[in-house]
Order: sequence, then C-alpha cells, then structure tokens
Amino acid sequence: MTTAILITAFTIGIIGLVCGIILSVSAKFLAVKEDPRIGEVEELLPSANCGGCGYAGCADYAKAIIVDGAPINLCSPGGADTLAALGKYTGQEAVAGEKMVAVVMCGGDNTKASKKFQYNGIVDCAAAASVAGGDKTCSYGCLGYGSCVRVCPADAIEIVNGIAVVHPELCISCGACVAACPRDIITMTPASETIHVFCNSKDKGPIVKKACEVGCIGCRMCVKLGGETFVMDGFLAKRDYSIEVADEIIVEKCPGKCIVNTKQSKTTGESV
Amino acid sequence: MNIVKALFKSQGGIHPKYNKELSRDKKIETMPIAPLLKVSMSQHLGAPAKPLVKKGDLVLRGQQIGEAAGFISANVHAPTSGTVKAVAEAPTAIGAKIPAIEIEPDGEDKWIDGISGIQDWKNADNKELIAKIAEAGISGMGGAGFPTHVKLSPPPNKPIDTLIINGAECEPYLTADHRLMVEHAAEIRTGIEIIRKILSVKTVRIAIESNKPESIEAMNKALADIDGDVEIAVLKTEYPQGAEKQQIFAITGKEVPSAGLPMDVGCVVENVGTTLAIQDAIINGKPVTERVTTVTGNPVTSPKNVLVRLGTSYTDLLEFCGSTKNDVAKIISGGPMMGFAQPNLDVCTTKTTSGLLFLAPKEVYNYESMPCISCGRCVEACPMNLMPSELSFMLEAEEFAEAQELNVMDCIECGCCSFSCPAHRPLVQHMKQGKAWVMLQRRKKQ
Repeated sequence: MTTAILITAFTIGIIGLVCGIILSVSAKFLAVKEDPRIGEVEELLPSANCGGCGYAGCADYAKAIIVDGAPINLCSPGGADTLAALGKYTGQEAVAGEKMVAVVMCGGDNTKASKKFQYNGIVDCAAAASVAGGDKTCSYGCLGYGSCVRVCPADAIEIVNGIAVVHPELCISCGACVAACPRDIITMTPASETIHVFCNSKDKGPIVKKACEVGCIGCRMCVKLGGETFVMDGFLAKRDYSIEVADEIIVEKCPGKCIVNTKQSKTTGESV
Repeated sequence: MNIVKALFKSQGGIHPKYNKELSRDKKIETMPIAPLLKVSMSQHLGAPAKPLVKKGDLVLRGQQIGEAAGFISANVHAPTSGTVKAVAEAPTAIGAKIPAIEIEPDGEDKWIDGISGIQDWKNADNKELIAKIAEAGISGMGGAGFPTHVKLSPPPNKPIDTLIINGAECEPYLTADHRLMVEHAAEIRTGIEIIRKILSVKTVRIAIESNKPESIEAMNKALADIDGDVEIAVLKTEYPQGAEKQQIFAITGKEVPSAGLPMDVGCVVENVGTTLAIQDAIINGKPVTERVTTVTGNPVTSPKNVLVRLGTSYTDLLEFCGSTKNDVAKIISGGPMMGFAQPNLDVCTTKTTSGLLFLAPKEVYNYESMPCISCGRCVEACPMNLMPSELSFMLEAEEFAEAQELNVMDCIECGCCSFSCPAHRPLVQHMKQGKAWVMLQRRKKQ
C-alpha cells in the first residue's frame, strides 16, 4: 500500500522535474524579445480596452505608440492624467487632442414624433427596424430600443422619452454606439461644439412635417444665416464641425426647430 | 383517379382556429378597376424588376412594364390600359420601399396586341413553354413568390419524379385557393397537364387539407378522366401542412435535406393559383395581371374572395368589401401565421397577396414577453425539428455562429413556436434576426 503511494509520488515528481527543466531551457532559448517599453506604456494606460483610440485595446495602442510612433493623445478615458504620464514617459509634448463626444442626431421623442403602429417584439433597434421599417413614422429617426445603451462601456447613454441621449461628460468617445446604431444617427462631434442639427431625416419637408414636430425640412435657412458652418445633404442640413458657429441666432431662427444648443438645454435633447 | 389519405405526417404542427367560414362559401367576385394602380417592381422573391416605362407613357393591359433583373426575378405587366402617372417608390408589405409604376386607368381595359397562347402545347417544345411562363411573369402565388420558370427548369442532375399541386391552404382565414379549386377546377387541370408535360413526371399529387371537402370534390370531378398516376392526397388539417417541405414529407415520405430544395428529393410543388396562372399564360397567352385574394376578418362588413388587379391599393380593396365595423386592432397582409402586419392601407396588391386580414381588438393579444420556462412546447411544435427555445437563447445573446450550427437557416418562419410559447417569447423574430445575420455574412463573403 505505502509502496504504491511512494512509487506514484516519485514518478509524478520525476515527470514534474523533467518538464520543469524542459520549460526553463526553452524559456531561455525560445524567448520572444519584446520591447520592455511596450509593457511600461501599457501600465500607464487605463486598461479600459474600449478601442476608442482606434486600436484593438490598450496593449495594441501601447505597441503603436512605441513601434509606429502613434500620437499619445488618443486615449480619452485616460484623460489629462494619462496624457501627462505618457508625455513624460515618451518625452513628447503632451498636447491634448480635441475631445470627441457622441451625439444622437434626433430630437423626435415620444411627444414630438409620431408612430405608425405599436411595436411589440424584441427590444432591439435592428429588430424593430426590420418590422415594417420600424414603428416610428420617420424612417430615419431614433427608435429608442437601446441598442446603443447596451454597447456603451461607460453607461453614458440613456433612453429619455423614447430617444437615446448621450451624456457628454460620461462619454469616453469609443464610438461603440456609432457602430451599433442601425440607422446611423449617432455622430462623433467635438465636445466644445454644442450646436447640432438634431435631425437625420433625408425626406422632403412635407413628409418630415407629417412625421415629426422637430424635423429638418430642408429650408436652407441655417445655410443662409450660418454661412459655411452648415451644409446641405439633400434635404437635410448638417453641421460642418471644422468651422465654429459664430451666430447663435440660427438656433432661434430654425423653422423646423431642429437646430439645438445642447449647452442651454442641459443635454436632455429638449429644445429650448 | 383516386382520393387517398396522405400516408405520412411530419412532426410538429399546431391547430389554430381556422375561421375559414367567414369567406369559404363566398363566390369569387371581380372587383372593378380602381382609380389608380401602383404596380410594385418587387412582387416576387429575388431582385426587383427594372421599370421599362416612364411618366406620361401610355400602356395597354398585358404590356411589359418591368423587366426581370437577374436569374431569380420576374417580369411585371400593366394590369390595365392607361397612362403612367409616375415611377416612384412605394411601400411594400414587408415595409421596404421599392419603385412602383403608378397607372391611371383609362377605363377601356384594352389588351395589348399580339396576345396569343400556345394552343398546341402538347406538342410544343418545353423550352418554348418555359419561356412563355417566364415572359408572363409568373411567380409562386401561394405567398413566397418564387419565380415559376426557375422552379420548372431544374438542373439535369436533379431528376424530378413527383409533381405536387398545393391546394392545402393551411393558413387560417384564407380561402382564395379553395375558391379557385371549386370554381376553376377544369382550368387548374389543364395547368397541371402543362406542368406535367414540362417536367415530364409520371406521378402527380394534388394536396388538399381534409377541411375542404368541396375542393376535393370539385378537383375529383375535373380530374375524373385524366390518364396516368394522378391522385388527390387528402392531408390532415394541421398548420403548416401547406408548407412545401412538410407537404412533400406527408405525401412521399421523403425529407428535403437541410439547406436543400424540393428538387433534391425529386419533387416540384406548385400552388393551385400558380397552376391556374400557367394555364392562362400557355392557353390564352395572358401574363399575370390579376389574382384572387381573400379579404376577411371579423371587423370586415362583407368578407369576400376578390379577383383583383395587381397594384390595387388595400384601401380600395377594403372599400370593395364594404368597410370595417368597430375598431380594427391589426391589419395583416397574408394569413395570420406568416403574413405581415401593416401600419396602414397604403400598400398595393401584388402577385403574392394571398389575403388581407383585419382583426378586432379582442382578437389581438397584446402580450408581454417573459423568460423561457423550458417547457419544450416550441420544440414539439416545430415542423422542422429545430429547438426554437435554444436558438432564441443564442440569438438573444447574439451568438449567431452557434445558432447557425443548430441550423437556424432551416427555419421556415411558420410561427408554430411563437404560437405555442406560453411565455410569449418572440421566437420567430429571433429566428428572422438570426437568418438575416447569416445571409449578411454570406453576402459579405461573395
């Protein structure tokens, strides 16, 4: 009985020893040499792995910084602290990039936009859109079934009165919501910009009017008043974020009431 | 000529309330031409047809106004004579926006010149017959709308031995096919003979559910002196006995392989409406310009089986059947099991409009979906031997690749699982999502 135990223990011990020697030898000779700085830079990153920088997670971004010389100001969850730390480590000048936030370009909530029918199926925007084109009369508007809410790693999106609203202070600009939205309503915009066209409808004026109280009717008023800050995409006005809005009068003048200054309306998406 | 009971029965299936008595005994009525017809370019499965006319053109009935775009597509013809008012996008029953040709009828309903059939079809070349069917724009009139000329030209390595004429009409409420069999049995017989010749098959089975004794009798009478191995196979009344794969199993005992087509087991299934259209195209040379559809439901004042021109709006179609009394909670294009709910009556009749159903508020159950209780009723009900419960878990978690491994693509979207689910889970919608994902991946690969 005891001999059996001893033999087993001895055999296992020998196998373990042999395997250990093989492993330690191969670790010595087959080691992949990695730049130690990559690991160190990765330590400085916030490990959010959100992909907002455009790389596949923090490790990939760290590698890109060291190997490809990627800019150090791409990490938005890390904010100023990470940027300062990276600047110190790499010796580069730490110039903060423009913080981008996601904005849901639709203002047609339950009180303002009409519905074609009552949807009673899977709570998911893509699924809802596949049933007779979605329950909203407007075929471009936010459906409010929260596909973006579910993918947001920062819990920055909320469904308010039937439409999605992004809280800019929580947004880490990872862009996951932009990819999740089946109607391509969400756009990444510079955080400093607060005047947006809260409409995504490319339909002509009368159709928009019928579907929603706050839709863009394509009247070009903003283009006339705002000059180059607004551009027309068919029957839909769009902001050109490369130029700042000089005159806030456009917000008041928009006949469709779809140009909104989010600063005044406290991010709820309500027009003032 | 025999009447036999179908020997087999595929697994699963459900027994909904049929409600066919609303329109079962109503003779087919011809609807006058509506003031405006919107003829959709997508009345069939596959690529939408290419419009051939423009605004202001004068068209005659039977004139080709849409050209098949691709192998799986079908021609579209003007349903009456008149002026083209516009070529604009119009909503289809599934909610998509597809170009449609708006025709304002001139009231003369004049046929285009040169309409002629192939009188001597018995000695005609099969290729000529199939070309005529393709030219006439015939697509499956049961509801799916698969282009008929494609179905009738199986590749040479797939020999066809059995032709099944589908008169099951297993969808509740619908009675259009039933009326066609009762009133046009002789024409359907000619259609059967034409298809039999094209496919050169020996065995022909006419599948009718046991709840339509009148149809069985009418078809029996019309086919009394037909030669060859022709039988009426009476199917057990159960949904979905009218589904192609289930019907093939019920009659021949052969199972269509996963991801396969009926031709893989040597069968071709044609709907009775399609058979009638084939007869019309070959004998009279007429393309598809009208179809029989059932307008029914408790809120409709006088439910009818209507012979309607393609492109007639649902609004006009309802007007012909009186109006709706009380409230309407749901409008469905097609049958209640597989039809498409409509937000309004803007959609226009197509070759696949088998019915227009109105449901009263008390007939519509506004359910709330709950978690699965693992009772297995959907598994029992599934006629395709799938596990809808498992699949829905996977699809809910967006594990599409795993769902594909469990054969989500075999789902025929019959709705038996959703019908039997006590937790009211949107099972069919999950399947549709999963199938859409797989189709997207396939398109990406191409």
